[in-house]
Amino acid sequence: MPYDSVVPALLEIRDLVIHYAADQGASVVAVDEVSLDVEEGEVVGLLGESGCGKTTLLLAILGLLSPPARVMRGSIRFRGRDLLALGGLEQRRVRGAEVSIVFQEPSQALNPVRRVGPQVAEVVAAHRRWSGLRCREEASLRLAEVGFTEVDRVYDAYPHELSGGQRQRVVLAQALACRPALVLADEPTASLDSTTQAELRALLGSLQSRFGLALLLVSHDLGALAALARRVLVMYAGRLVEAGRPGQVFHDPLHPYSRGLLRAFPHSVVSGAAPEPGLPVAIPGSPPDLSRLPPGCAFEPRCPDRVPACLERPPQEVRPGEDRRVRCFTYGG
Amino acid sequence: MEAEQALVRVSGLNKRYARRGGRGSPDVQALADVDLEIAPGAILALVGESGSGKSTLARCVARLEEPESGRIWFEGEDVLALRGRRLRPFRERVQLVLQDSAAALDPRLSAVEIVAEPLEILGRGGKRERRARALALLETVGLPSAWGERRPAELSGGQRQRLAIARALAVLPRLLILDEAFAGLDVSIQAQIAGLLEDLRIRHRLTFLYVSHDLALMARLAREVAVLFEGRIVERGPVARLFAQPSHAHTRALIAAVPAWPTAPPRVS
Repeated sequence: MPYDSVVPALLEIRDLVIHYAADQGASVVAVDEVSLDVEEGEVVGLLGESGCGKTTLLLAILGLLSPPARVMRGSIRFRGRDLLALGGLEQRRVRGAEVSIVFQEPSQALNPVRRVGPQVAEVVAAHRRWSGLRCREEASLRLAEVGFTEVDRVYDAYPHELSGGQRQRVVLAQALACRPALVLADEPTASLDSTTQAELRALLGSLQSRFGLALLLVSHDLGALAALARRVLVMYAGRLVEAGRPGQVFHDPLHPYSRGLLRAFPHSVVSGAAPEPGLPVAIPGSPPDLSRLPPGCAFEPRCPDRVPACLERPPQEVRPGEDRRVRCFTYGG
Repeated sequence: MEAEQALVRVSGLNKRYARRGGRGSPDVQALADVDLEIAPGAILALVGESGSGKSTLARCVARLEEPESGRIWFEGEDVLALRGRRLRPFRERVQLVLQDSAAALDPRLSAVEIVAEPLEILGRGGKRERRARALALLETVGLPSAWGERRPAELSGGQRQRLAIARALAVLPRLLILDEAFAGLDVSIQAQIAGLLEDLRIRHRLTFLYVSHDLALMARLAREVAVLFEGRIVERGPVARLFAQPSHAHTRALIAAVPAWPTAPPRVS
């Protein structure tokens, strides 16, 4: 596991704590003691539900958090540089050029009244001192790379003239405009039809290997995680509760939350086979209020395996096997 | 008609839309000669990509769209012949739950008012009675009655979907049309709503017509799947048969797109 290797990883996050200030001095704990690495060219999957803090985490990496969100502790290092210590100008140099992001909803990421080609070219222009013509050529290249064959037609199209899958490919071209080393993807396939999801999944995989991209992929698309990720992290109530290789996490989840979450997925266990008959199984209860986290494990109220210790303090991370991390008293904690 | 009367029968349905952007471009044939039968108590899913016509078909069945030609019967009654006041009993028997319940719910009303509104429109009971019934319905769908005064914006996506279901149930429908009712919800919330719907279906003897692009989820929820492609039902059958012997290329494409677990044991690099 690269977690404590001597050579620094491309992205190193250590003990990150992010709060949102709420009314009357209260605070909401969005990210709590998160540590993770993404190696050069590595795909790391992040699985978690609404409100678990995954989007806050991505925005923090990009330096896009603004009040009431505040980094309380911890560090985010990219290529050895502390991103949290950079000034606004230096942050802008990194953002979009070395680290970029793909959001879930392409229709919100694109300006509806402008043609899509210039929207890719302007990303290039923001980071390179190139002529307009050269930025345009570069943008056309990116559009070809994300699978468009009629590049000139697409370049001059408005977002509404493209399908959802095509729009998401334009957003991908934007994210790749300056050949970043790291792409953050926040549910990039969630708004698409299942057949289009499968196409985008394949495209992400081929771009990733072709350009040696590192990818931090937040997704509920198990197919994408299974096909692309080398490691999968599971996040609950602001904490990483489990990490491991996809085969390990999906077939032998350690944390009770991971087990519950995976039972709720409708997908087939074997490709091409019908999903198991019967309804997906729900996790009882609902996620905790992040402004009133319990002193113990945040999953305790919903957990089928709870023990008295769960109420007292949050479990520490343990490593029950090679490449695996879990925060649960079942394994020592 | 046969001994066991179909709840819904659709015959030769055609529907066109003018293509967006116009300029002489040809119309889109949203539905092409569609026949469909739904038995009472069925759980049928219409599955297909965006633009396959699945929502148009569901909206025609709910009589929210007028087809160019074709017939629709509900409990043996010619639905397309109904007009004005005579539509009301039909509207009670067929209810819809849509994808984005946030957009479908009046943001100014409280949860309890939203559920009581259809009863008010139909002139059912007094104000106090309607309120009591609405509170009971909120409990039924798992929303504590203490939340009755909250507005849609103060509820989570899953809670809003529960609210939309409570509202649909207020008028005691026979057919519930659920058009992408799970889209945008977290998987564990999806599973909760699926469990709730199954309880309600049994308790209220409902018939379900699901509309979704998500074959994986539909395979878990529905008994039968009808695959739509370019405005036609190209295949229909029980879930197991559909997966085992898909006869249409588009069904095979949808099956191939169902995500699968990563293979175990893991590769060690």
